[in-house]
Amino acid sequence: MDTTYDPALAGEGADDGQPLLYPRIDCRDVSVFYSGKQAVFDVSLPVFDRSVTALIGPSGCGKSTFLRCLNRMNDTIDGAKVTGEIFMDGENINSSHIDPVLLRSRVGMVFQKPNPFPKSIYDNIAYGPRIHGLVDDRQELDAIVEKSLRRAGLWEEVKDRLGQPGTSLSGGQQQRLCIARAIAVRPEVILMDEPCSSLDPIATARIEELIDELRKRYCIVIVTHSMQQAARVSQRTAFFHLGHLVEMGDTDQIFTSPRERRTEDYITGRFG
Amino acid sequence: MAQELGQLPMGWLLTALIVIVVASGFSIGRIRAERYLIAGGQKFHSRGNYHGYYVAMWGFIPPLLVAGLYVLFAKPTALGLLSSELPEAFHTLSSAELQSYLESVANAAAMGGYSGSDLVFATVTGRYLELWGSLKGATLALMLAGAVTGIMYARRKVSPAFRARLRVERGAEAFLFLCAAIAIATTVGIVASLLYESLRFFAEVPFTDFLFGTRWNAQTSAEFGALPLFFGTFMIALIAMLVAAPVGLFSAIYLSEYASVRTRRYVKPLLEMLAGIPTVVYGFFALLVIAPAVRASALGINSFLIELGAANGPVLAAQPTSALAAGLVMGVMVIPFVSSLSDDVINAVPDSLRDGAFAMGATKSETIKQIILPAALPGIVASMLLAVSRAIGETMIVVMAAGQRARISFDPSTDLTTITVQIVALLTGETEFDSPKTLSAFALGLVLFVVTLIFNLIALRVVQRYRDKYE
Repeated sequence: MDTTYDPALAGEGADDGQPLLYPRIDCRDVSVFYSGKQAVFDVSLPVFDRSVTALIGPSGCGKSTFLRCLNRMNDTIDGAKVTGEIFMDGENINSSHIDPVLLRSRVGMVFQKPNPFPKSIYDNIAYGPRIHGLVDDRQELDAIVEKSLRRAGLWEEVKDRLGQPGTSLSGGQQQRLCIARAIAVRPEVILMDEPCSSLDPIATARIEELIDELRKRYCIVIVTHSMQQAARVSQRTAFFHLGHLVEMGDTDQIFTSPRERRTEDYITGRFG
Repeated sequence: MAQELGQLPMGWLLTALIVIVVASGFSIGRIRAERYLIAGGQKFHSRGNYHGYYVAMWGFIPPLLVAGLYVLFAKPTALGLLSSELPEAFHTLSSAELQSYLESVANAAAMGGYSGSDLVFATVTGRYLELWGSLKGATLALMLAGAVTGIMYARRKVSPAFRARLRVERGAEAFLFLCAAIAIATTVGIVASLLYESLRFFAEVPFTDFLFGTRWNAQTSAEFGALPLFFGTFMIALIAMLVAAPVGLFSAIYLSEYASVRTRRYVKPLLEMLAGIPTVVYGFFALLVIAPAVRASALGINSFLIELGAANGPVLAAQPTSALAAGLVMGVMVIPFVSSLSDDVINAVPDSLRDGAFAMGATKSETIKQIILPAALPGIVASMLLAVSRAIGETMIVVMAAGQRARISFDPSTDLTTITVQIVALLTGETEFDSPKTLSAFALGLVLFVVTLIFNLIALRVVQRYRDKYE
């Protein structure tokens, strides 16, 4: 199994032409156990800045579990244990002296099902900046809310009804609200756990456009069930199977000439 | 023969008869259906079992109706027949005397007959046993006949085209409806009798005097101003909620958000056990432990204030029974009402909201305060309302620890009385059932019913709205 990182392949898909010399996040031998049962086996994987890394694989292959290591969300699950090292800016975020609360303000997350808080649209976005004390006055907060909603492509649709509950939006709008909410705390990395799986094709297309737009500023890791989606939005793809990282590389290479037999079988629909 | 029939254990016989009827009805129906199937090979609309159930149903219903009539009318009929046969000598008895004589005859008969020395009584009892025995025999015969007729009728209907399954399903539905109707009929009956007796009360005492009068003295003079009772009830419920609301809510938060699965598994049932303690136990706990402690503290505060020179006489009443004692203990009693339901609604807040807040970098307490509690608020309010209505209706604790004096006082160390305490006081001991004194208990009961009903309805509506939001 070849999981070593080949710098020559890095960043070929990034369209700003900037070569990516170092990985933003570097995972080494990450394993996850749920109540003693191992779900992820020794995954080593670099994640590059200003690009989208897609994690693909059949259900139960550990890709979501792995994603949740990157912002320590596994801490909230009873009996979950994560071993190995995850370096972010040279710091091992998996060590016990890292405060997960601070880490999560740097690594935002968007979930499978849109989960707006039972608050107004405005307060949904303002929630993060408020709890992290990012703003001093209302004007600044208004500015952040507007900027975040604009970046999430939602501003024009909701600017006249910011006081309405977030749950009153449609599913696709709710998911963009959640993305805006994640952006509002100025994260460096955004994790997305099947963000389009509960949306219709039109809403999905909008989110995909948005991801492509966000890629210019953020480091994005997306878990997806749809191989077409991975091919459309990502520059790097990692294929997981039964808790193991089988193969990773540039998306074009993975989808056109996979090195591993299992990858090819999955991509061509022979299993999964 | 008839005398021996009178000794028959009817309960057992009825049960046995019904079991036999149902079993044989089922097999008769099923066998007939299957015989058709073997002979004709036609496709049946319903499967054999349903034909069996259908026939059994028809065997079951007629005897059940007869049994119902027997339970309702057997004894009055037997006694009526007996009294019409009684000799001249009995006609001198007043109707009340005759009634009690007949009652003792029935009692002796129920014990198996009279074997004492009173020959007249022995003869009358013997005759009653004969009459009753004939009735029982007739009933059994009638039931049997009904069952056989029912089964015969239903058996003839078994055929490939007959839609037995639909009939059986309709029968099952009717049975279930009947069970539900019993509960509803009981409630309606209780409310109707409350209303009826209350109206009789309000015919004698003006409605406004009752609701807004400030003097309650039903026992000795006819003063029916219930305002002090309402005051006492709400005062004690308020004290109870001051205990139960925070303690209940915080334990719910601990149980649902902080406790490990293991801790929760043990602590939650333990907490719910508080609701299982008989209220009389709470009552004597309040009376013997809490009330003296309340009194001692009140006395202490009094002497402290006098020493300071802030008062020149006792400020607090410091009674041996007090609103505070009853309220505190009642508060402990309703904690599980608040904690259990609040815990349920907090748990029902989807985990995706927790994940969302954690992923934003919210701490646990921020998540709870700003996301979970606002989302669960309607359910929490509902749990509080249910606890309030439980506290208002609670009787035993206040009877023992709150006192009997009706008055309006904001001093928690003084004794107060409540609606429930007064209802108990009015209806225990020697009472006649048409004096305003007794009738006032029904009026109080009606007020209590209406108030708790309103609280429960609001709570249910709120919970309903909350459910709609998350499903």
